[in-house]
Amino acid sequence: MALLTCEKLTIGYEGHAVLKDVSFQIHGGDYLCIVGENGSGKSTLMKTILGLQRPIGGKIEFGDGLSQNEIGYLPQQTLVQKDFPATVQEIVLSGCQARAGRRPFYTWEEKELARKNMERMELMNLSRRCYRELSGGQQQRVLLARALCATRKLLVLDEPVAGLDPHVTAEMYALIRKLNREDGITIVMVSHDLKAAVEEASHILHAGVSLFFGRTEEYLQSDLAGRFLERRGGETA
Amino acid sequence: MIETIKMYMQFPFVRYALIVGVLIALCSSLLGVTLVLKRFSFIGDGLSHVAFGAMAIAGILQLTDDMLFVMPVTVICAVLLLKTGQNTRIKGDAAIAMISVGALAIGYLLLNLFSTSTNLSGDVCSTLFGSTSILTLTKSEVWLCVVLSLAVVLIFLLFYNKIFAVTFDEDFARAAGTRVEAYNLLIAIVIAVIIVLAMNLVGSLLISALIIFPAMSAMRVFRSFKAVTIFSAVLSVFCALLGILISIVGGTPVGSTIVAVDIAAFLVCLLIDKIHGGVK
Repeated sequence: MALLTCEKLTIGYEGHAVLKDVSFQIHGGDYLCIVGENGSGKSTLMKTILGLQRPIGGKIEFGDGLSQNEIGYLPQQTLVQKDFPATVQEIVLSGCQARAGRRPFYTWEEKELARKNMERMELMNLSRRCYRELSGGQQQRVLLARALCATRKLLVLDEPVAGLDPHVTAEMYALIRKLNREDGITIVMVSHDLKAAVEEASHILHAGVSLFFGRTEEYLQSDLAGRFLERRGGETA
Repeated sequence: MIETIKMYMQFPFVRYALIVGVLIALCSSLLGVTLVLKRFSFIGDGLSHVAFGAMAIAGILQLTDDMLFVMPVTVICAVLLLKTGQNTRIKGDAAIAMISVGALAIGYLLLNLFSTSTNLSGDVCSTLFGSTSILTLTKSEVWLCVVLSLAVVLIFLLFYNKIFAVTFDEDFARAAGTRVEAYNLLIAIVIAVIIVLAMNLVGSLLISALIIFPAMSAMRVFRSFKAVTIFSAVLSVFCALLGILISIVGGTPVGSTIVAVDIAAFLVCLLIDKIHGGVK
């Protein structure tokens, strides 16, 4: 059974549809990149999957024992976080909030889980440091560790390399690849970086007027990718 | 000087003032960090003006217990402000400004039209700056204050982790199934309660200072949410105590003296931050 099934999904804001009739399936171990122009609805699609907004039509089904609040979410950074006084440990632990549910305090097991995920993201020596004093790459690793506390199966990443320099970007991609290949965590990533997307992902969802969903190899042979890659190449050159 | 303080301590109203002052300072500092970081500072300010308007109406209606009227009105306004504030940022700000300034104007107008008091400007002044109300508390008011403060502290402790989660990252919290709207509502209601309580201590115009200064001071010096919260509570209580004692000995108005001490503490914290780069 698929981890996540979207059937004839129509999404948008306040009744205004930005994407219509989107159907696709994500299976355990997949690495899906959602690409597309600005305003094509890729962020809206992601937010709908996360349950942050309701679909206008169609439905989303979760399988394999996954429920909507067990998705590990790496959002884009907000302004508030720029001067937030909190340590790495406090932030990573807050990833356990879905597990804690109505319980007001975190258990020993949850603190242990937070510690393990900090170790996994090589944050142990930073655990007592203040979040706002870290570098961009370190901050992303903190938020990734927090997302890992929230999920065993599925990570949803919103532009995880935005604002990072090329070296740190490569590190970040390697880290995500490792989570996908070695730990079997399913990845859904919204990205601007089409070149990296086709290198890293097993599946591509191209949002826009003409829609594509399929394996990366198939995508590379489609007209859509050709045009898009060409134009992107022109921009960066 | 200690002799003077000892002498004053024998009066029950001074003891009441100290108890109530400490409790209010404690409560108001707890949510300061959340308020500042969520950009809710304006709601705090707006609500304090609403509380003034409500107080004026309560005075005209000659209610025996102001709190029973002022509290629900302020809580309802807190909920309304939060709802409008969430829709759109700019309109939210304007809505807050409209409600707060409107309440202030109508409150003063009504007081002028209907008040039976012979010392109107004195009444207005003490509601705005809390000049003497803390020294004229009755025993039942002290009890009400104690109960409400304990409730605020209890709620804060129980929901500490949720408040942290909702303050740091609303979207992540929502994705994790945390009921963000419910917690925002809880935060707004608690803020309303704190503001009504704090009106006794510093008056409605100075409440925001009591909420924001300790949090800002603590944020300069400490780097973890827990440390910032604890330090701002301790600092706030210390400043309130010092302020009340100074005002008793020196005969200065209680509210503004406390705020002056808070400002001094903030400057000290600013200095520490500049010299040491904060406590690591």
